[in-house]
Amino acid sequence: MPLLSRRDLDFLLFEWLDVERLPRRERYAEHSRETFDAILDLSARLAEERFLTHYKKADREEPVLRDGAVRVIPEIREAVAAYAQAGLLAAPFDAALGGAQLPHVVHTASMAHFMAANVATAAYPMLTAANARLIAAFGTPSQIAAFVGPQLEGRYLGTMCLSEPQAGSSLADITTRAVPDGEDALGRRYRLSGSKMWISGGDHDLSENIVHLVLAKAPGPDGRLIPGTKGISLFIVPKFLPAGSEAPGARNDVTVAGLNHKMGYRGTTNCLLNLGEGVAHRPLGSAGAVGWLVGEAGAGLALMFHMMNEARIAVGLGAAMLGYRGYLLSLEYARQRPQGRPLAAKDPAAPPVPIIRHPDVKRMLLAQKAYAEGALALLLYCARLVDEELTAQTEAERRNASALLGLLTPVAKTWPSEWGLAANDLAIQVHGGYGYTRDFDVEQLYRDNRLNPIHEGTTGIQALDLLGRKILRDRGEAFARLREEVARTEAAAAADPALAGFRQQLASAWDRLGRVAQDLVELGGDERALWNATAYLSAFGHAVVGWIWLGQARRASASLAAAGKDEAFYRGKLRACRYFFEYEMPKIGSWLDVVASLTDVAAGMPDESF
Amino acid sequence: MKLLVAVKRVVDFNVKVRVKADKSGVETANVKMSMNPFDEIAVEEAVRMKEAGVASEIVAVSLGVAQCQETIRTALAMGADRGILVQTDAELQPLAVAKLLKAVIEKEQPKLVILGKQAIDDDCNQTGQMLAALLGWAQGTFASKVKVEGEQLLVTREVDGGLETVRLKLPAVVTTDLRLNEPRYASLPNIMKAKKKPIDTLTPEALGVDVTPRLVTLKVEEPPKRQAGKKVGSVQELLDKLRNEARVI
Ligand SMILES: Cc1cc2nc3c(=O)[nH]c(=O)nc-3n(C[C@H](O)[C@H](O)[C@H](O)COP(=O)(O)OP(=O)(O)OC[C@H]3O[C@@H](n4cnc5c(N)ncnc54)[C@H](O)[C@@H]3O)c2cc1C
Repeated sequence: MPLLSRRDLDFLLFEWLDVERLPRRERYAEHSRETFDAILDLSARLAEERFLTHYKKADREEPVLRDGAVRVIPEIREAVAAYAQAGLLAAPFDAALGGAQLPHVVHTASMAHFMAANVATAAYPMLTAANARLIAAFGTPSQIAAFVGPQLEGRYLGTMCLSEPQAGSSLADITTRAVPDGEDALGRRYRLSGSKMWISGGDHDLSENIVHLVLAKAPGPDGRLIPGTKGISLFIVPKFLPAGSEAPGARNDVTVAGLNHKMGYRGTTNCLLNLGEGVAHRPLGSAGAVGWLVGEAGAGLALMFHMMNEARIAVGLGAAMLGYRGYLLSLEYARQRPQGRPLAAKDPAAPPVPIIRHPDVKRMLLAQKAYAEGALALLLYCARLVDEELTAQTEAERRNASALLGLLTPVAKTWPSEWGLAANDLAIQVHGGYGYTRDFDVEQLYRDNRLNPIHEGTTGIQALDLLGRKILRDRGEAFARLREEVARTEAAAAADPALAGFRQQLASAWDRLGRVAQDLVELGGDERALWNATAYLSAFGHAVVGWIWLGQARRASASLAAAGKDEAFYRGKLRACRYFFEYEMPKIGSWLDVVASLTDVAAGMPDESF
Repeated sequence: MKLLVAVKRVVDFNVKVRVKADKSGVETANVKMSMNPFDEIAVEEAVRMKEAGVASEIVAVSLGVAQCQETIRTALAMGADRGILVQTDAELQPLAVAKLLKAVIEKEQPKLVILGKQAIDDDCNQTGQMLAALLGWAQGTFASKVKVEGEQLLVTREVDGGLETVRLKLPAVVTTDLRLNEPRYASLPNIMKAKKKPIDTLTPEALGVDVTPRLVTLKVEEPPKRQAGKKVGSVQELLDKLRNEARVI
């Protein structure tokens, strides 16, 4: 069974997002539909033959910590190596860095296969690419030469080290210290000490070296750490000092203090790292993890957001693809599992029907289709915005794309995480008791997906980001731009009588979303505005995906009329859109009621009354 | 040494094939097509010979509809140097394919021709043998190991009883078996490079080959559905059923 529907992917890329036109832009001139197809074929194959094959094994055989080093099953190493050898790690990077300047939207479609096949193994290349992109954007030429080149070849893998045991959501409270240690060929050198918690890919035996990007604080003139995020700087801290440093190959003062034993995503090692213990390793003769400053001191969090935004979209993609695979697995199961008889059947001796014939099972499949395909479409749209940000003709268009991407990032991260997980819940339900066993993949998909609302900023934190930062502090500017895009889709759908009802429903949801936002802006910083931020994020996310569904439906309706073939596919798209508007869009109203009322039902609940 | 590999466009091995409603063949509309897996092994072997310095040039040849270009591109992305498409919409049966290949080979003069032992769509397992006979060349079929030694070729063949090694005089025809090698994935940089490699297009008419089918397909049917299993109560009953129902003992 395929990992995803290639028909759907082709529809999204080439019918809906017009990706075939991207090669007209200079950056992508070497590409064509032919190379895009070849890359998607390659990705499907590599994902099926090298990633899917150890999905369960990597869950069963967790990474182990032995003699201070983490070991993973060899299949992960082979998969990551095959991915890099196929040139996919380097694919979207500049030709000057050895990349192929593949459009981000095609690279995202390629990555979707690996996420669907084995999200935990796919995390290694995903983190590495995001890490390399940050260094490529903000590192010095010597830093780029030392780290990015080997990363794009898959010889070095990357991590992001933000969280600490006492500081997860609130990064302002990190306490890892960075003390200046002179300067060398790789830039301003520091010695770091502290603990980093939850580090994905923090140690393993998959690569020659590991490149940690670490947030830490340099003490001020009084020797104390500067409170808040202003004191945070960003450092490159490799496991082994690289070529170009004063001691190539020397083991850095980074040790694994322990492994976290997770519910899912087990193939991705997750470590507590200690920096600067000075016991086992003393690089350049003294204690302290050697790190090189990236960019300006104090700008660390802003720079890290470069990687985090990419990682957030990647988290959304992983969540979407876990939902997608659960959908396809439960669809196949529902077509094969005979049980019960039609509602109207009279004859008890009649043979049972496949469960896909039961309306409630169809409901569960349709919900999964609407969530999974909606989420994938949203992420491809966001990836397309990255391409616009890079290559749109005018400065104004590029800026518009950036603003939209900024506003949509919390949705791209959260919506698939919440609703992809809901899809996996339904995938288990469709399987009945069998879905609750480890003989099928759906329970693992669910466990893997349960991480996604947590890491890279929890749903609660994303809600504060969306409402507090991206809407209130922005005074609705980016919101207005997005509203224009939605209006464009509404206008395009206007000509299609079959879509008129959805168009109206979408317009009124967006109008209300805008009115509520405006009211909250006018509260002028009153904290009540944020009391129910998560409900606002829920409403906003559904309104965004409703818009995405209407866009798909319009395209499907037009293609159906023109092509006269593939009727079942296009009707499926129209039906999923209808499902979304009939079952899901009405939820927006109740979420917004709560937000608009400024209710203190939760915020005002006294601790002692729980 | 110049090598020629033949690559066929077939329904992808992952696709569950369905018989057309009129039973004239299998459904190929809207079905994913790929290179015949045995031909991938042929391309891989050729590329390895080139990497080892044994071969100087690899020509990938496909015969059939215009979309066979995609199959040739895949071979080019794996490492072949250029392609030749013999384009026709006609049904091609093994004898016609062998004749067309012979015509191409006479133009190209390769020293070694590598083909898959069979194609996974019709499972004929005839083309390589017919080609060798038409050319009057030596043949090493079902190869699981191939080694060039000067003007000779050592081919280890997978035969029923085990492995048989034959020594052939070049030029020769080799057909590949599954264990010959594990084909590589075409990498992204090589997919990009393949776009720039040349593909020539010929036709059966230009090659002077009559491709008219010699065989007629009467009808194509799905294999019979597997019946549900039955539990037997005793060994005696099992033996009885094997003897009288299944008639296998
Ligand atoms: C498997 C896994 C992999 C991870 N990988 C990495 C990694 O590679 N690198 C890295 O740096 N980190 C990583 N993390 C850390 C992850 O980003 C944090 O777990 C996450 O940000 C939450 O922090 P926390 O666990 O400390 O929870 P807390 O911050 O303690 O949050 C607990 C709860 O309180 C809520 N909460 C906290 N503050 C607020 C607030 N101000 N307003 C409203 N609600 C709030 C949260 O939403 C949450 O529900 C990973 C975590 C996991 C579980």
